Amino acid sequence: MTQMTFARAINSGLRKSLENDPKVILMGEDIGALGGVFRVTDGLQKDFGKHRVVDTPLAESGIMGTAVGLAYRGYRPVVEIQFDGFIYPAFDQIVSQVAKMHYRTQGAVKMPITVRVPFGGGIGSPEHHSESPEAYFTHTSGLRVVSPSSPQDAYTMIQQAISCDDPVLYFEPKRRYHDKGDVDEALDLGSALPLEKARVITDGRDVTLVAYGPLVKTARDAAIAAADEGVSVEVIDLRSLAPVDYAAVEASVRKTGRLVITHEAGQSGGLGAEVAASITERCFYYLEAAPVRVTGFDVPYPYSKLEMHHLPSLDRILDGVDRALGRPNSLSGLEG
Amino acid sequence: MLTDEVGQGGTPAVGPGNSAGHRGGAGQNLVQLITPQGERVSHPEYDPWVRDISDEQLGSLYEDMVVIRRIDSEATALQRQGELALWPPLLGQEASQIGSARALREDDFVFPSYRDNGVGYCRGVKPEDLVRAWRGNASAGWNPFTVNVATQQIIIGSQSLHATGYAMGIQNDGADCVAVAYFGDGATSEGDVNEAMVFAASFQAPVVFICQNNHWAISEPVRLQSHIHLADRASGFGIPSIRVDGNDVLAVMAATRIALDRARHGGGPTFIEAVTYRMGPHTTADDPTRYRDANELEDWAAKDPISRMKSLLDRKGLLTADLEAAVAAKADAVAKELRAGTINMPEPEPLDIFKHVYSTPNSWLDRQQDHYSRYLASFGDPAEAASEEGAR
Repeated sequence: MTQMTFARAINSGLRKSLENDPKVILMGEDIGALGGVFRVTDGLQKDFGKHRVVDTPLAESGIMGTAVGLAYRGYRPVVEIQFDGFIYPAFDQIVSQVAKMHYRTQGAVKMPITVRVPFGGGIGSPEHHSESPEAYFTHTSGLRVVSPSSPQDAYTMIQQAISCDDPVLYFEPKRRYHDKGDVDEALDLGSALPLEKARVITDGRDVTLVAYGPLVKTARDAAIAAADEGVSVEVIDLRSLAPVDYAAVEASVRKTGRLVITHEAGQSGGLGAEVAASITERCFYYLEAAPVRVTGFDVPYPYSKLEMHHLPSLDRILDGVDRALGRPNSLSGLEG
Repeated sequence: MLTDEVGQGGTPAVGPGNSAGHRGGAGQNLVQLITPQGERVSHPEYDPWVRDISDEQLGSLYEDMVVIRRIDSEATALQRQGELALWPPLLGQEASQIGSARALREDDFVFPSYRDNGVGYCRGVKPEDLVRAWRGNASAGWNPFTVNVATQQIIIGSQSLHATGYAMGIQNDGADCVAVAYFGDGATSEGDVNEAMVFAASFQAPVVFICQNNHWAISEPVRLQSHIHLADRASGFGIPSIRVDGNDVLAVMAATRIALDRARHGGGPTFIEAVTYRMGPHTTADDPTRYRDANELEDWAAKDPISRMKSLLDRKGLLTADLEAAVAAKADAVAKELRAGTINMPEPEPLDIFKHVYSTPNSWLDRQQDHYSRYLASFGDPAEAASEEGAR
C-alpha cells in the first residue's frame, strides 16, 4: 500500500498501462512537458517519449477524430479533455463515430478509446471549468461511462478502462485530485471489482444513498452525520454510470425501502432521474417513499461565489434523507 | 451575392477574381493529361508518373470507369424499383475515383465518403456490399479490414480526421503505407477537415486528402464554401496541393502517385483538388432542377471522363470491337451480380438490432433484449409485433 493523491493514482495507472501495452498512446493538450494542467500526466512524456504521450494541437474534435483513426490502426488511445466544458467540440466525433463504430461495422472495428475528463465543480473556476456533462454520454449507446471516487479506484479503473475494448468516458472528480488515500499498486486487475460494478461503501438499514465521483465523499460524511441522529444510511458508489449496476442498488433498496440519489449535474434528464425510474420499475413494492433527488439546479454552472449553493452539500443531502424518511425537512408541509 | 461557378460567369461581389473554379483565376493551373477531346497532352512534371501505363492498362482504366458507371445506374434503377431506400450517384466523377484508387497500394488505407463507390469497387468491395446500407440491411456494407477501406462516412468531413489519425499510427509503426481521405467540396468548410489538415501538417503524417470538387454540396455551389480555389487553401496549412482535372483519369492517377510517393518517403500530407462535376442529383431523393441551370450540365457533359477516355483509346487505335465487347460484358456481369445480390440479400432478424452495440456484455442492453424477445414471442409473427397499424 502506498499513500498517494487521487491525481497521482491516475498517473500511476496510466504509467502501468503504458508499460504493459505498447499500443497505449496518450493524447491531449499540454499533457507532455507540462504534465497536464492538473499534472495528471506528469513525467510520462519524459519516460515514454513524444510518440506515446502526444501533445496535440488545440482542437478537441481533431484529438478525438485522430484517436478514431489510431484505433482503426490498432492503437488504444487515451485522450485527455482538459476540462469538462471543453468536450463539446469533440461531441460529434464521440457520439457519431466513437460510440457507433462497433455497431456500424458489426463488430469488425473496435474503438478501445478512453476519454479522460476532469469534471465537476468546487474549485472556484470561471465558466466552462466546472461542468458535469455525464448524462449526455450515459444517454449515448455504445459508450461506457465511469467515475472513480477514491485513489484506489482511480488507479484500477483507469487501467480497466484502457484495457476495455469498448470506448469509456472516464470522469475524474477534479476537486478530489489532491485527496490522499492508500493505493495497492500490486493489485491484480483480474481480481479487482469489475468496471461496471457498484460498491457499497457504507452499510446501512434505513435509506439507500446513491452517489458517484466527487459526491461520494460528501455522501459518506452525510451518512456519518446521520448516524449521530440515529439514522442508518447505506451509501452506494455507482462507479459505473453507464451501465448502472442496478442489481446492487436494487438489493439495497429492497432492504432499506428508501432511495436518495445525488449528483452535481442538473436535475432534469439527469442520471438521478434514470436511477429513480429504473429502481421504481424494478422494486416498486419495496419502496416506502418516492425516490428523492438531491442535485445541482437546472442552471448554467454558476459563477464561483455561488457554486456552493449549486453543489449538493452535506446538509442538503441530509435534508433529502429526511424527505425520504418522512422526517421533518425543508419541504415539510409542501404538497407534491 | 453568390454566382454560379460555371456557365453563368459574373463577378463576385467581394474578394479577388480567383474564386473557386472561377475562370481566369490566379490560382494553380489545372493539371491535365487528356483533353476533353481525348487528346493526350504532354506535361513534363506529370508524364513520368504515368509513363508505365500500358495500352492494356488504359483499356483497364476505361473498363473500371464504365463498370462503375454501370453499377451507379443499376443502383439508381434499383432505388426507383423500390429495392434500395436511397442511392448517392457518382455520375461524372468516375475518373476522379478510378484514377486515384488505382494509384493505391494494397496496404494503403482509404477513408471514403458515401459517394465514393468507385473507390470501393477498385479496392475489391463486392457490388452488393456497396448497396447493403442503402437497402437498410446494415449500417455499413463491409468489413474495413478485408479491403483496407473504412465504411463510407456520412457525417461530412469526419473521415478526414480518421485518415489523419490512422496516418499517425502508420508513422508510429514505422510503416510506409499511406492513409487516404476522400471528401467533397462541401466538406472543406467543416471544422473537422480543417483540423485534419492542422494535425496532418503538424505531425507530417502520411495522409493524402483527395477532395473531389464536384461543384455542388446538395444545392449549394462551391462558391458558397470557398472564395478561392480549394487547392489554394492547403498552403495556409503548410500542405502542398495539386489542382487536377478530375475528369482526366491519367492526370488524377499521376497526381495521386506524386502525393503517395511524398507520403511514403516522409514528406507528409498532400491535398489534391480533383475538379469534376456531379452530373446527377445529390441522392435519388434530390431534384437538381430546382437549383442549377441545365446549361451547366451540358458544359460538363462535353468534358465527360468516359467519353474522353474512349476518344483517347480511339485515337490510339485501341478501341477495338473486342475491347468494347469485353467491357460491355464485364459491365453487364457486374450489374447482374449487383441486382441478384441486392434482391437475394438475407433479411436481418429483429433481435439483430441489439448486436454489436458493445464488444462486451452490457447489463442495460441485455435486459432490454430479454424484454423485447419476450414481447416478440407473445406474437405469432414477429413482423406483426412492430407493424404500424398494430396486430391486436
